[in-house]
Amino acid sequence: MLILKCPYCGVDAEETELAAGGEAHLKRFGPGSSDDEFHDYLFMRENPKGVHFERWRHANGCGKWFHAARCTQTLEVFGTYSAQVTEPPQEIRDAITAKRPGWTWREFE
Amino acid sequence: MSTRLASQGRLIDRSKTIEFTFNGKRMTGHAGDTLASALLANDQMMVGRSFKYHRPRGVVASGSEEPNALVGLNSGDRFEPNQRATTTELFSGLAAQSQNHWPNLEFDIGAVNTYLARWLPAGFYYKTFIHPKPFWKHVYEPFIRQSAGLGKAPDKELKDADTYEHFYFFCDVMVVGGGVAGLQAAKAAAASGAKVLLIEQNAHWGGRAPVDGGTIDGMEPGAWVEKTLAELQAMDNVTLRSRTMGSGVYDHGYALGYERINDHEPGNGAPRHRLWRIRAKQIVTATGAIERPLSFAGNDVPGVMLASAMRDYVVNWGVTPGQKVVVVTNNDDAYRTALALHDAGVEVVRVLDARSAGGGALMEEVRQKGIRVECGRAIAKVKGGKRVQKVSICAQNGVGGAQEEISADAVAMSGGWSPVVHLWSHCGGKLIWDDAQVHFRPDASRPPLGADGKGFVLPAGSANGAMGLGEGLADASAAGSAAAEAAGFPAKNVAAPEGVASDELPIEPVWLMPAQADVTLRMKSWLDYQNDVKVTDVQLAAREGYESVEHTKRYTTLGMATDQGKLSNINGLAMLADSLGAAIPDVGTTTFRPPYHPISMGAIGGEARGKVFQPIRQTPMHAWHERNGADFEPVGQWRRPYAFVRSGESVHDAVNREVKNTRENLGLLDASTLGKLVVKGPDAGKFLDMMYTNMMSNLKVGKCRYGLMCSENGFLIDDGVVARIDEDTWLCHTTTGGAERIHGHMEEWLQTEWWDWKVYVANVTEQFAQVAVVGPNARKVLEKLNAQAGSGMDLSAEALPFMEWRDGKIGDFDCRAYRISFSGELSYEIAVPASEGRAFWDALLEAGKEFGVMPYGTECLHIMRAEKGFIMIGDETDGTVIPQDLNMQWALSKKKEDFLGKRAHSRSHMADPDRWKLVGLETVDGSVLPDGAYALGEGVNANGQKNMIGRVTSTYYSATLDKGIAMGLVKHGPDRMGEVLEFPGTDGKTYKAKIVDQVFYDKEGAKQNV
Ligand SMILES: [Zn+2]
Repeated sequence: MLILKCPYCGVDAEETELAAGGEAHLKRFGPGSSDDEFHDYLFMRENPKGVHFERWRHANGCGKWFHAARCTQTLEVFGTYSAQVTEPPQEIRDAITAKRPGWTWREFE
Repeated sequence: MSTRLASQGRLIDRSKTIEFTFNGKRMTGHAGDTLASALLANDQMMVGRSFKYHRPRGVVASGSEEPNALVGLNSGDRFEPNQRATTTELFSGLAAQSQNHWPNLEFDIGAVNTYLARWLPAGFYYKTFIHPKPFWKHVYEPFIRQSAGLGKAPDKELKDADTYEHFYFFCDVMVVGGGVAGLQAAKAAAASGAKVLLIEQNAHWGGRAPVDGGTIDGMEPGAWVEKTLAELQAMDNVTLRSRTMGSGVYDHGYALGYERINDHEPGNGAPRHRLWRIRAKQIVTATGAIERPLSFAGNDVPGVMLASAMRDYVVNWGVTPGQKVVVVTNNDDAYRTALALHDAGVEVVRVLDARSAGGGALMEEVRQKGIRVECGRAIAKVKGGKRVQKVSICAQNGVGGAQEEISADAVAMSGGWSPVVHLWSHCGGKLIWDDAQVHFRPDASRPPLGADGKGFVLPAGSANGAMGLGEGLADASAAGSAAAEAAGFPAKNVAAPEGVASDELPIEPVWLMPAQADVTLRMKSWLDYQNDVKVTDVQLAAREGYESVEHTKRYTTLGMATDQGKLSNINGLAMLADSLGAAIPDVGTTTFRPPYHPISMGAIGGEARGKVFQPIRQTPMHAWHERNGADFEPVGQWRRPYAFVRSGESVHDAVNREVKNTRENLGLLDASTLGKLVVKGPDAGKFLDMMYTNMMSNLKVGKCRYGLMCSENGFLIDDGVVARIDEDTWLCHTTTGGAERIHGHMEEWLQTEWWDWKVYVANVTEQFAQVAVVGPNARKVLEKLNAQAGSGMDLSAEALPFMEWRDGKIGDFDCRAYRISFSGELSYEIAVPASEGRAFWDALLEAGKEFGVMPYGTECLHIMRAEKGFIMIGDETDGTVIPQDLNMQWALSKKKEDFLGKRAHSRSHMADPDRWKLVGLETVDGSVLPDGAYALGEGVNANGQKNMIGRVTSTYYSATLDKGIAMGLVKHGPDRMGEVLEFPGTDGKTYKAKIVDQVFYDKEGAKQNV
């Protein structure tokens, strides 16, 4: 029963208000992409023990999608931020570095 | 015998007598009794039989850890199995039945299992019942089912007569446990101004301290409890609840409390249980400790009891379980029981201290009372069937050669104390093994972590291994202050009260009594009473290679009963460690999972039952449907009429009548449930071109187009008619069940992928009532409404052609009329404001009388669409079907560079020519194919199963054609027209059906386009 702050409406939302949306910062591949690219886009996902970036929707609230950076092992939340970015903002990365020096996730660090 | 004492009993009111029954026998107790104390007061030593061997069992504990005294409580719609006598407060009229015996408690057939014990060892389920194979179905499974589970399930025809509720609570500090540690922790936390919740599972406060003695700030513990409770009650920032158990601790400070509001006076009109859904910034677990049994032969004979429990029965309820008691221990605390018994006038025939040097001050005190204490001695065996009769005494360091046999009718045992670490552990708090105190206790350096990465649970008092009275109070006071500080309330300096109790000498670990007990003793030494797991079972598991405690648990069933091993786990894993030659901390514990103690299903459900289980969505015409024979079916959260059944008709008759009448005259369908999404904005056309497989941006204003939606995986997810309303507005119809899902789907793509596109989506499904006016007389009835009103929109084929829509008036109603058809008939779907829906429906029925109007339901809708070969999302599709499978390539735009699903359709298996494709199916004899039946192919697959080459997706009796019609997906289907396939049914018959065109009726579409 996580609590995540919705960056749009500012509510500290209970998990019952939220819908999980899987891994964040996927890059969409459409027509013209290779089979491998499309396969990875559809099916390949990170499964880290530690720092992870996820999509959530404040479904039973303001309805907005947002991103959350958190630790899958300790459930520590490093921050939530807009869904309308293609990579974690610097302040989120800094917040993670302060707690988990040397972290990496996909191409981010 | 066990009996009520003349003195003692601080929790009972002897002036109030309460009548109750046990197995139909009338008994009496006092106000304040538990069922267990009242049974003991009535000399009811034996209260049930064990699970596997059906051995006689008696009360062994005094609290929620009780493994034996489980009863069926009450009857009829208030019957509940497996209720603990020790936590059941006595009330007038209570009726309890013992469990797990046949034909009765005193004489039980299943007790023969005890003589078969040699053949029912650990893992016997897995070993014994494998061969011979046919025995499983006819012999073993019925036997296991017969003997599986304690208690009886309530009658499935009866509904629980009680009500339950959920309650939300938010606080800074939650303290679990209302013993002296919990009270002090709450006091320390509250002093800082934090909002504090303190819950206690029992009806009374103070925990064990008033029984165990000593002084707090110079007062009797009971007096200190009263004073502190009064102080807390006077504070506005403190909420106190007794009869409320801390059930579980979950992520980010979520906790569940289980309040038993009226179990002690059922039927008083209040909800029975209340589930507290708590969010606490910090949680203090002052949950106390539980005494461990000792493992000696016959430690399960009724009358053998935990020493602390026996002390509770004497002091709290004025009951003694025996007249001649043997106390056996490996620590000093059990001497308190000897003293309590002696003070109450009960003879303590012997204290056996397994430690060769014995105990400290408490032992001396006992000796001074003239009680015989023997050190380095042990119980070899307790003799007696349904109650203790004799105790054989031996040296602890031996094999159990008995040196003396004495008469006794009760045994008080203590194997030491284990902190209740469940709530600490639920969310990841770690434990350490304390060698000196011989138990696991919380490792304060590794607490469960909250959202900020810091600990949010603090253990306090004996739950933290601070076992002495003074030590526990100091620890709890510090924990309370620390919790408040962590919750953002700077600590006030709260002086911990001074607790004074007798000094105690260290415990010595005793995992088997006597230490070298031979096998005949070990196989009568119980570890888990409820599941009948013995010392020899764990030793056998170790010999057979079970090294993991989690595996041993499942193999032996140790700790898997309803008490979840509260008494047995530590003894069991110590025995496993011993057998493996490993250290106890290296073996570790099994996982602690919520709830701490079983909670009722009613409390979990709360108010969500019956009509409020989930909201039911109703259209504006629902009340009319209810009054006119509607046979409802659930579609999503809607209730839609399946058919309108007239008196004397079967549902099937009604459906056939509706089909024929709609094709021949005039039918009305309440289509209000269809999803209606408005998509608007400068980029709406571009967006819909991504959402739908076909082109929507080039749709002309005033026109409609049927569209398909795929997921990014390429699979069909929805379909419906899209109307272009104006230059930047489209209205998308979705399936009834799909409106919210498709709305969410659109929002997801707009918010997370194309967030710079200027598009809004609004779900206006409930803003409109929609009626499909269908049949050859459809235009006539609408024109009649216009004629009656003197004006209205032109509904002619020229003014409103097929697949177009118009806004305007029909009769007195503002409406939007769509010329679309899902039936193949002349059809108008007319949307009016929801508030006008019922009036419009009524007007159509009235005006339609002369045209033979009849409402029709969803089954008629389905049959008519199947007659026309139209697909239905959820019938022809199941999440694995792509448009190409349904021969709908015409709906896949070739002009568009991209749409959701386009890339996926070119993946190799999506383009595989062997995919099953949609065809019509017609049985050779006109019968109806079974739904979901598979078509047989040639040969068998790798598992030896017959190969399948297709399946039925929709199948109906067509009243129009008077025969069965069906659609199905068949391998190479469209290339096999005329071929006859075999479909085995679950009824044992094989159905033969010919592959035909999927359009069975009006192939040219002449009827809808008039
Ligand atoms: Zn929000």
